Amino acid sequence: MSELKLMKGNEALAEAAIRAGVDAYFGYPITPQSEVIEYLMTERPEKRTGMIVLQAESEIAAINMVYGAASTGKRAMTSSSSPGISLKLEGISYLAGAELPAVIVNVVRGGPGLGTIQPSQADYFQSVKGGGHGDYKLYVLAPASVQEMADFVEDAFDIAFKYRAPVLILSDGLIGQMMEKVMLKDQKERMTNEAIIKKYGDWATTGKTDRERNIITSLYLQPEKMEAKVRKLMKKYEQMENEDLRFEKINCEDADYLIVAYGSSARIAQKTVELAREKGIKVGLLRPITLFPFPKQQLLDLSNQVKGILSVELNAGQMVEDVKLAVEHKVPVEHFGRTGGIIHTPEEILEALEEKIIKNEHARHHKI
Amino acid sequence: MLDIIKSENQVFCKTKLMTDTPLSYCPGCGHGTAHNITMEVIEEMGIVEDTIGVAPVGCSVLAYDFMDIDMTQAAHGRAPAVATAIARTWPEKYVFTYQGDGDLAAIGTAETIHACNRGENIVIIFVNNGIYGMTGGQMAPTTLEGMHSSTSPYGRDIETMGSPLKITELVANLPGVYYVARHAVHTHKHARKAKKAIRKAFENTRLNKGVSFVEIVSNCNSGWKMNPIESNEWMVENMFAYFPLGDIKVNGKLK
Repeated sequence: MSELKLMKGNEALAEAAIRAGVDAYFGYPITPQSEVIEYLMTERPEKRTGMIVLQAESEIAAINMVYGAASTGKRAMTSSSSPGISLKLEGISYLAGAELPAVIVNVVRGGPGLGTIQPSQADYFQSVKGGGHGDYKLYVLAPASVQEMADFVEDAFDIAFKYRAPVLILSDGLIGQMMEKVMLKDQKERMTNEAIIKKYGDWATTGKTDRERNIITSLYLQPEKMEAKVRKLMKKYEQMENEDLRFEKINCEDADYLIVAYGSSARIAQKTVELAREKGIKVGLLRPITLFPFPKQQLLDLSNQVKGILSVELNAGQMVEDVKLAVEHKVPVEHFGRTGGIIHTPEEILEALEEKIIKNEHARHHKI
Repeated sequence: MLDIIKSENQVFCKTKLMTDTPLSYCPGCGHGTAHNITMEVIEEMGIVEDTIGVAPVGCSVLAYDFMDIDMTQAAHGRAPAVATAIARTWPEKYVFTYQGDGDLAAIGTAETIHACNRGENIVIIFVNNGIYGMTGGQMAPTTLEGMHSSTSPYGRDIETMGSPLKITELVANLPGVYYVARHAVHTHKHARKAKKAIRKAFENTRLNKGVSFVEIVSNCNSGWKMNPIESNEWMVENMFAYFPLGDIKVNGKLK
């Protein structure tokens, strides 16, 4: 039965994982995402659906457990926060290299180093530029609400199995910790072992029957084979860009200025759009829902319409580089963001827009 | 002479579960025999459809090229974590890891200890040749005192490099571990004993007994810079003295 509940983002994600028919969760405690494994352990999903939940000895072990379960065609996931994700990157690179479907959740906190337990979006580069070693990318979903924390679990697994690739849900401490109402979906049945063997029998290591043996590996010692593998991966990422880009446009139709923001920053910036319009400044918001694929064409199209773009992120300026690449210097692009766990206010963002974009724009016109 | 090659005259044949791919191991290395007896056990038990192997990083990274079974290759040292998840999500399957000393006793120490401590229902086959073979003969956690390697060129110095790690004895002390034995494969007699231990290990999985851990002390003639015969003699004299063969824990009880 679908159900309306008031929940923390982390808890909603955990409950959604049970309801989505996920086979296994492997995790290790770290603030601000420990509620995921706490909720799962409390809920006894092994009794509800047969889902396995295991607290690993480290983030490294947890991601390699995900690798093990995924190699047999099971739906496996893990969650962590920034320093823990750094530890998982070896395993994530192996997942990408071995072409395994899996879901990883990062409830981001500030860094570098042990940093802070407060919210941040400073793992953008790590998430969309690979992070681990080698030529690979992750499909990255950025939830902006508790509802999306829940909904994106199933979406992430759909993409992971469509492409046989790891998918990252890039949340942050704000979305993970805040409580909102959330509509939870009906319970889905987990796939039976027989169904898994039938559906993924051409690759999953479920035990060799009369077919050829299945091998899961990311090792290609022959240069030609390694290059062919890299090309295959690149083709996959191209297909993701063509078929599975997600974004949201808010008040962009008549916008003179554009804010680009994802996740919690997008929620705050939405208020900025309202404040600006009350002052007569026509501001629009482009919210990338997927950070890879990135809405490059949409940005390029908007750059023909707007006079300047402000990239708003809870970091020292990361996504702004991709925005600049997308708009090819057609309009000025600036960054605004707070760090250290400080959350920017809608007023601060508006002030930054006026200072960094609008004022300069007027100055430029004045010169001419 | 070819006349005698007839099926009625055949007294031995290669197990069906070893592929025809030429082994990548150096001539004289024990890995081939260790692979072979493992595959013989799986064939004789008739469990190939229910067996999933986990290959390590190291010389035996390519085990999946030689073992004709479903296999997953794990990141360096992580095989016990990979095997944990497979055994948990497929409890009716036989799951084993095949790991070397660098993989199991250095980089993967945490994964080894914790999978053993949780009593995962898996078999761990640990081939200990006291050196990193694949990367060209560097010092391993099990390199003996005074033994030369490319990263202990003047011999392993205990004061600065620590003592060779008896990880097998260490895991034997964990309650989750049901069966621990140390064997070798350099003679027919030893290989037969090792095979019996591996068979016992897989039978323990059938009975859901937790971890069965079989160490195989082996040679690395290339890494030790010896010919195969010398390396086996050196192994008997030196490796067996520090890593004595025999049962260490049987039916959950330390010997």
